[in-house]
Amino acid sequence: MEAAQALADLTEISTQIKAAALFRADGSIDASTLADGTRFVEAARALLSAADGVRTEPLVQLEAATADGSVFVVRDGERLVAAVTGPEPTVGLVFYDLKSCLRSSAESEEPEKPKRAAPKRKPKEEGENGEA
Amino acid sequence: MRRKLLVLLAAAGAVLASVAFFRRGGARRERVDLYFADGSMVSLGEGPDAERLLALGRTTLDAAR
Repeated sequence: MEAAQALADLTEISTQIKAAALFRADGSIDASTLADGTRFVEAARALLSAADGVRTEPLVQLEAATADGSVFVVRDGERLVAAVTGPEPTVGLVFYDLKSCLRSSAESEEPEKPKRAAPKRKPKEEGENGEA
Repeated sequence: MRRKLLVLLAAAGAVLASVAFFRRGGARRERVDLYFADGSMVSLGEGPDAERLLALGRTTLDAAR
């Protein structure tokens, strides 16, 4: 599934998500619900970068909950998704939807697995079933 | 009659107090929850780290508008 389609599915499934963007660790944007997601992605990267410094352990996801709404960022290797919701979202559900979105967009880039060759059928021996 | 009124007032007071408690201290508290690869989670509600991250969170929210 393409990144844009994965994001469209995300916003359709999760009514809590007001805006979201799929992007890479280097800042390149794969898809965004915003006309220009650059400022949003840069802000989300700055948030993640600052949060990374809190501990040495790698950070995989975060939620910043404010009175105006929440910001979510989920990371899967080089791929990231950031989203904003209104105040008091259903946190577990939003994280679940964001991870599903990341997974769906990643599937589109995975090289197609080679199809397994059908097992060779043994040629029928003459005289089988007593026929001659 | 007076006793009934007192019970009613006490019940109304309890309801109002619980509503105020949940609205002030519960879900509306501003915080940043960080989830790490080892499965651990840190919730920052106050302190310099929390303030810095919440400010960045507000900037991100503004950028999404």
